[in-house]
Amino acid sequence: MRDCEYQQIDPQTLTVPSVPAVAVPSITSPTSSDVLRPQKSTHKLRRKWEVFPGRNRFYCDGRIILARQSGVLPLTLGLVLLTSGLFFIFDCPFLVEHLTRTIPAIGGILFFFVVISLLQTSFSDPGILPRATPDEAADVEKHIDNSGSSTYRPPPRTKEVVINDQVVKLKYCFTCKMFRPPRTSHCSLCDNCVERFDHHCPWVGNCVGRRNYRFFYTFILSLSFLTAFIFGCISSLTYSTVVELVICFFSVWSILGLSGFHTYLVASNLTTNEDIKGSWSTKRGVEESGNPYSYNSIISNCCAVLCGNGGTKLLISFIVQLCMALPSIDCCKYYDNKSVEVNSENCPLPFFSECM
Amino acid sequence: MRQQPSIAAKVFIQRDYASGTMCQFQTKFPPELENRIDKQQFEETVRTLNNLYMEAEKLGGQSYLEGCLACLTAYTIFLCMETHYEKVLKKIAKYIQEQNDKIYAPRGLLLTDPIERGLRVVSFLEKEMHSVCQ
Repeated sequence: MRDCEYQQIDPQTLTVPSVPAVAVPSITSPTSSDVLRPQKSTHKLRRKWEVFPGRNRFYCDGRIILARQSGVLPLTLGLVLLTSGLFFIFDCPFLVEHLTRTIPAIGGILFFFVVISLLQTSFSDPGILPRATPDEAADVEKHIDNSGSSTYRPPPRTKEVVINDQVVKLKYCFTCKMFRPPRTSHCSLCDNCVERFDHHCPWVGNCVGRRNYRFFYTFILSLSFLTAFIFGCISSLTYSTVVELVICFFSVWSILGLSGFHTYLVASNLTTNEDIKGSWSTKRGVEESGNPYSYNSIISNCCAVLCGNGGTKLLISFIVQLCMALPSIDCCKYYDNKSVEVNSENCPLPFFSECM
Repeated sequence: MRQQPSIAAKVFIQRDYASGTMCQFQTKFPPELENRIDKQQFEETVRTLNNLYMEAEKLGGQSYLEGCLACLTAYTIFLCMETHYEKVLKKIAKYIQEQNDKIYAPRGLLLTDPIERGLRVVSFLEKEMHSVCQ
């Protein structure tokens, strides 16, 4: 390899927070002589969410993510706002006068928790795994099909790994072209593989997975408290209180039941998906198959699920990581950075080919 | 004459799921890199990455404190605070940059940050220099 003179590129010159979605590369801005100048730009810059192949909708430049169908999220939000609104407008003045001011204060705090956690559950990334690039998919197939046969043979559907002395089967996802990590499942509604997939909740209009499970749990817990609180504070029978009574009566049982169920799941470090399928049921078969992910202690499980890292956005990055402003520029740093033509042939990035 | 880098090959290091869902990568030395880098160097890089990811996901006093504080503020604190996990991810990015600067770039390799591929693989890009006459 010839010795190339190179100069360090200041990474700060590569990040442009307010660049529009489709833009001429910002690297042409002459902030320093070290910034490389492509001879010609034969590409468009796109944010990763713009070329995302799954069935999701993005707003606010990738900061807000929703499933394709929002399900009954407007209904959920509407019911919460209606019931709480009626409570604060009609019941609270009476209660403040005859009892204490803390009642609307508690109601207000609960309402705040419910709305904020609902919005966080609905609008955040549940832990979507980006699809494998063509190179990765080819690499996986190459390792499986070592026979060297020329005829095409799709990879086998499962791979086995041993986790905590237990054999776990990893399935191959034909859509995302990768072996799904443990506890990951493919959501057919959103067309994504989601880490620690719990379920797709139509009430929040999004999948519930690793990254937003704690928001979901906070939502159902605070909603059950709010519903019970409003139900308990109803003291007179007027038109508004009758509406509140009906809504709260029909919802409190299911929400309390759901909270109880999810508390059990959190305490045993299980997901709804695993519980429904009976993946770790001890009744199945002769051998005991316990949950290999459990810490065998309720407190540890709770801490792991609720305080454990929610990961970081694997797919969407709004800290600007422009499609092509990664290895092709980094590699130019080590070679001649003044006259590299950046085009699809030499850009190794996964999403770049989809940008063109 | 100007030089144009291009990718000759890509080598992927897959995840190691022996310790569950924790992010760890396999330390098995890939045969494609046999002539390019030292086996010990490779193992040391992957082991350091594994240790850093373990540190990021560690459940300790700090993560519990963060969790409790976040819970009390209905998780709105995440809008203004960087979590321990995100801080360690930045550390990992810096480490990968250093490794590329010192070890891999002089050998014509580029180590990519696994976060770019959804923490599925660590990839080594083998580069080739072409001299292009104009």
